[in-house]
Amino acid sequence: MSNNIIDPANMIYTKPELMNDNQMHYCPGCSHGVVHKLIAEIIDEMGLREKTIAVAPVGCAVFAYNYIDVDWVEAAHGRAPAVATAVKRLNPDKLVFTYQGDGDLAAIGTAETIHAANRGENIATIFINNGIYGMTGGQMAPTTLEHMKTATCPNGRDIHLNGYPLKITDLLAQLPGVCLVTRQSVHTAAAVKKTKKMIRKAFENAMEGKGESIVEVVSTCNSGWKLSPAASNDWMVENMFPAYPLGDLKNI
Amino acid sequence: MSEEIFLMKGNEAIAHAAIRYGADGYFGYPITPQSEVMETLMDEAPWETTGMVVLQAESETSSINMVYGGAACGKAVMTSSSSPGMSLMQEGVSYLVGAELPCLLVNVMRGGPGLGTIQPSQADYFQTVKGGGHGDYKLITLAPSSVQEMVDFVSLGFDLAFKYRTPAIILSDGVIGQMMEKVVFPPSRPRRTEEEIRKQCPWATLGRTPDRKANVITSLELDSSIMEENNNRFQAKFKKIEENETLFEEVNCEDADYIFVAFGSAARICQKAAELARKEGIKVGLIRPITLWPFPSAVIAKYAEKVKGFLSVEMNAGQMVEDVRLAVNGKTKVDHYGRLGGIVPTPNEVVVALKDKFGC
Amino acid sequence: MIKELIIAGFGGQGVLSMGKILAYSGLMEDKEVTWFPSYGPEQRGGTANVTVILSDDPISSPIVNEFDIAIILNQPSLEKFESQVKSGGIIIYDPNGIHTPPTRKDVYVYSVKAVDAATEMQNQKAVNMIVLGGVLKVSPMVKLENVMKGLKKSLPERHHKLLPMNEKAIVKGMEIIHEDQAPA
Repeated sequence: MSNNIIDPANMIYTKPELMNDNQMHYCPGCSHGVVHKLIAEIIDEMGLREKTIAVAPVGCAVFAYNYIDVDWVEAAHGRAPAVATAVKRLNPDKLVFTYQGDGDLAAIGTAETIHAANRGENIATIFINNGIYGMTGGQMAPTTLEHMKTATCPNGRDIHLNGYPLKITDLLAQLPGVCLVTRQSVHTAAAVKKTKKMIRKAFENAMEGKGESIVEVVSTCNSGWKLSPAASNDWMVENMFPAYPLGDLKNI
Repeated sequence: MSEEIFLMKGNEAIAHAAIRYGADGYFGYPITPQSEVMETLMDEAPWETTGMVVLQAESETSSINMVYGGAACGKAVMTSSSSPGMSLMQEGVSYLVGAELPCLLVNVMRGGPGLGTIQPSQADYFQTVKGGGHGDYKLITLAPSSVQEMVDFVSLGFDLAFKYRTPAIILSDGVIGQMMEKVVFPPSRPRRTEEEIRKQCPWATLGRTPDRKANVITSLELDSSIMEENNNRFQAKFKKIEENETLFEEVNCEDADYIFVAFGSAARICQKAAELARKEGIKVGLIRPITLWPFPSAVIAKYAEKVKGFLSVEMNAGQMVEDVRLAVNGKTKVDHYGRLGGIVPTPNEVVVALKDKFGC
Repeated sequence: MIKELIIAGFGGQGVLSMGKILAYSGLMEDKEVTWFPSYGPEQRGGTANVTVILSDDPISSPIVNEFDIAIILNQPSLEKFESQVKSGGIIIYDPNGIHTPPTRKDVYVYSVKAVDAATEMQNQKAVNMIVLGGVLKVSPMVKLENVMKGLKKSLPERHHKLLPMNEKAIVKGMEIIHEDQAPA
């Protein structure tokens, strides 16, 4: 065995086949890219390439359809769960999942989120929670932490003015239509592995018709947070995790 | 097979027609005066026979986005609502046009603005025909004036929507929705198989097969030069629809001195009013636009050369009359008569208005 | 032949279903029909009304200027519709719900004590059928056999056992309707 790293025989890791070569628009250090990769890997591992219909949000992941080579429907802001409801009900043999951020899922789309979950739609929802609106330039999200500064709460989130950080997954876990609610992260190799396991479980649940699964990924937004990628990870562990503790909220 | 004649409400007829068309899905939210559409569907339970999906959504916002999701998969999907609910759907309608998705919408109009009244109205003409959502778009708009046309326009609406990959709407009102009349239905058609949909709609998101690239349904394009191209494509499509799909009915216009222009239930009232006026020696005809967009401007322009005036009779404060004026282009007099807020005019009232406005 | 009717009363008196049965009866005779109800909250306890048109020719407007026949089951409806009856037309009412009878002199006025008759028959639900019987007696716009066919068509199958009772009520109405006034 040579030490030639180009030699395919020495390959120990490659990007998933379903990820194409389009240049990603995500900022370096952003969690989206990692989660995209996990989704692409899982779809391939489950052999569902031809059976997957994904629903993209409005937010940073609006262009998710540019990177993972499956069929995508781009929903209006917040409406992904309604779109996915119809896609799945009209195509019950397909894997249907939504990919949404905190503004999309927990602010403008709260009604759709709650009611799709409450109907027990056989879909999976991947929920990226980074506590900020990345796409529009760093405004306050429903999940923005108290005292956290954003473009629309420059002095920090004031709970008297803006209310409290919304723990939407805690609410969703209460609903009988939901079979899996878990909160994960992708800031370490171990965390990535765990997140992958839970997304796979969510996809399996959807295919088995067990009801809705929600995988919240507590994420960084180094551009919005105005920190380096490494410092963002530290800040997330220190500030986001206490507010959004990792682990399963429901897994049946 | 001999045709069976049914007696039913316009709203019920829509539901039965959808099942028989082979529609794949209906998504809606209750609102008076159209709730019988979903009630009838739930009662018929087509998921047990044709496999059609029927779902009560949590809002009209959700209904229209369910329609968007179903349409993205090339399925024949629809929703129905009444005026306030349609207002809530306008975002979705704009997205459907932008993503070039076929679907059928039904608005059984009631009086506004706001919560307004539950009684019949035609005050959503502007919203429907001039674009209630954002962006440059047109909506194929069919205006039934009988329960039979509620049936006929379900298949016509779906067919046009799929032909041009754009939404079509049935713009009805509380009179036609609530009224019972005789109807006959076309023979039932089976729902299309996934294979047939893949063939008819190669753009549909039904799962990417190895023989094609991934399909993406979106209305987003941040590159303005491409977005302009997209818009030009939409406009070319709208032009083609204007050239090919305009429908209208013309009654006794040949010798007419005056012509009523009216759609939907107002056209029925005007037909009677025209008969009454003729009994009094006033020669009146009727032009009934069946497609409100594309609007039958040419026939109105033709008669503008010879009649003394057009009276646009609408259950609103004067909306379609603007399109009549554009078609007439100053060649003769155009006036409007309308009742508002859920009041339906009587034929006599219309005759009086005609005499009053034109001094005949 | 064209007959334009208004049937009006309190919600729950069977006003809309009486209209429906007439419309179905017309259907059985290959007539053109329209049935246009008042709808919405007023159905529940308030006043309800329905316009029914039976015609040999296609019906243009389902909305009419004046009615050939007004069937009136409560006072507010009489006040609303008395003036909308054609000169020489017919007003049929049940004195049970009407303390001030019609005042117009240019129309036929008939009374049918349907509530009393229904009480006698120990069937309060038959009121609208008794009134309908009276209507058909004074204006035989459809044949009784077709009314029965229409009734069968408009009733869910589980209620078909009620058909004989309904026929009895219609016949009763035909017997008891009383001409109060002919046009002056």
